[in-house]
Amino acid sequence: MLDEHVAGHREIVPDPPPGDIAIRLQCVELRYGPKIVLSDCSMDCQRGEITCVIGLSGAGKSTILRVINGLRHASRGHVFVNGDETTHLSDRKLNEIRRKMGFAFQYSALFDSLTVGENVAYPLWEHTELNPTEIRERVEKTLETLGLEGVDKRMPSELSGGMQKRVGFARAVVNDPEIILFDEPTTGLDPIMTHVITETIQNIQKRLKATCVVVSHDMPSVYRVADNIAMLFEGTIIENGPVQQIKASRNPIVQQFLEGSEDGPIPL
Amino acid sequence: MSSEAPAQPFQGLASVRRFLSYTGGLTLLLGDATRYIVSMRFRFTEVIHQAYFLGVESAPIIILTSGFTGMVISLEAAAQAVAYGFSTLIGGSVAFGELRELGPILTGIVFAGRAGAAVTAQLGSMVVTEQVEALESMGVSPAKVLVAPRLLACVLTVPMLTIFADIVGVTAGFLMALIQVHLPGAIYWRSVQQTVIMSDFTKGLFKAAVFGLIVGLVACYEGLRARGGAEGVGKVTTHAVVTSIILIFAFNFLLSFLIF
Ligand SMILES: Nc1ncnc2c1ncn2[C@@H]1O[C@H](COP(=O)(O)OP(=O)(O)OP(=O)(O)O)[C@@H](O)[C@H]1O
Ligand SMILES: [Mg+2]
Repeated sequence: MLDEHVAGHREIVPDPPPGDIAIRLQCVELRYGPKIVLSDCSMDCQRGEITCVIGLSGAGKSTILRVINGLRHASRGHVFVNGDETTHLSDRKLNEIRRKMGFAFQYSALFDSLTVGENVAYPLWEHTELNPTEIRERVEKTLETLGLEGVDKRMPSELSGGMQKRVGFARAVVNDPEIILFDEPTTGLDPIMTHVITETIQNIQKRLKATCVVVSHDMPSVYRVADNIAMLFEGTIIENGPVQQIKASRNPIVQQFLEGSEDGPIPL
Repeated sequence: MSSEAPAQPFQGLASVRRFLSYTGGLTLLLGDATRYIVSMRFRFTEVIHQAYFLGVESAPIIILTSGFTGMVISLEAAAQAVAYGFSTLIGGSVAFGELRELGPILTGIVFAGRAGAAVTAQLGSMVVTEQVEALESMGVSPAKVLVAPRLLACVLTVPMLTIFADIVGVTAGFLMALIQVHLPGAIYWRSVQQTVIMSDFTKGLFKAAVFGLIVGLVACYEGLRARGGAEGVGKVTTHAVVTSIILIFAFNFLLSFLIF
């Protein structure tokens, strides 16, 4: 009992991942005040592959993406992105890493004082040397692939929720990032758009060889895009592996989640 | 009773800590924004845009308040001056009060209530709708793209508005003296010239720039501190206005003490 207690508070020795792992969370703990949201959360994301994070509402999926991006700092444990330990990096170093990362937020988080076109162009303005014509072309092309041609002059508030979601998606991928984090990219979209988004994720991943982390509840699209699945339950990754391995998992919690049944160990 | 007694020093300690963390936060934000301003790493068009937006919003109220204040000083001064035969002092007393104290401080306060509140509400709603996090997630510092231009805009706008306030205040004083005691224009304006010197005006503008800095800094800091939806935004907005008005009065005293 005492040993366990001591072990619980021992410094966690950082274990930097090999080169084929783009993102590693090692025993991450994150608190909001007294509330522990992630505890002993460990996960590896293979470089150039798509990892889907699944889990119940409120399990901490969005929080995991924020930890990867450095928007939240782990109170214990280590986070490695492209080999760099990001938990204690200076803001400047962290910003350098973030420039190569795209983040599509769950609730879009579009800049409401900018037009749709300006929103999507924003990462290009900030981080590239492209001239205005090139930027406009890039933005138009990206919007087009997401079925949003002709909306670039509109304000975000004039769009439907699903359209805003796709604009947020466009903003996250427009500057060809190495790592892309998608927070529920298909929630609230119609089946056709869900299909478009799923396909876009696959295309981007193929074209850029990007490492993608996709948070999603939508199991059919998870099965379509995922190379690996990580299941988050009560702040811990309880299962992490290739799709087939997860499907065959003996863990009753994973089984219940995948089947979507009421009966099982998950408290309702 | 006895159980409450030891709590008091801790409460005192807590408010000292809150005060220190607040001033610390302001200082850090100022340092961050200044870094971007002196290294010219901000969009200048955004500064113009903000200055225009904030200045135009506050100008009508500033013209009204300084006009009425100029008139009321003139009214009081005129009545006294005529009674005691000092009508040559009316212009001077209006201009002296307006340029050195009332112009800057009224402008600062109106600016805090109008422009400062707008800045806090805007940044606050950007925080609660995750727009600020979206910026950060792209590796863009909010201090650079949000705070630096607004701060600079405030520092430039308040002195400009103060010039307006000075002119309107002194002119309104003249009109009042003309209507009330039929004071000839030549006497009023000569009195203005003889009483105030250029440095009264420039020192007033310096104070105004400091007030602009206070309003901009507090407004941005409070806005970025907003948490938890519309209610949180309302809370920080009120707090920003109250804090900057108190700071304006305190710094006005301090600066008057130091530079005049
Ligand atoms: N800013 C915050 N302050 C306090 N608690 C928070 C905050 N953000 C999230 N939480 C808590 O952290 C937990 C995980 O939140 P998170 O948003 O990561 O869940 P999620 O798995 O993304 O859920 P959903 O599927 O509903 O989006 C929740 O219990 C939530 O109450
Ligand atoms: Mg979420």
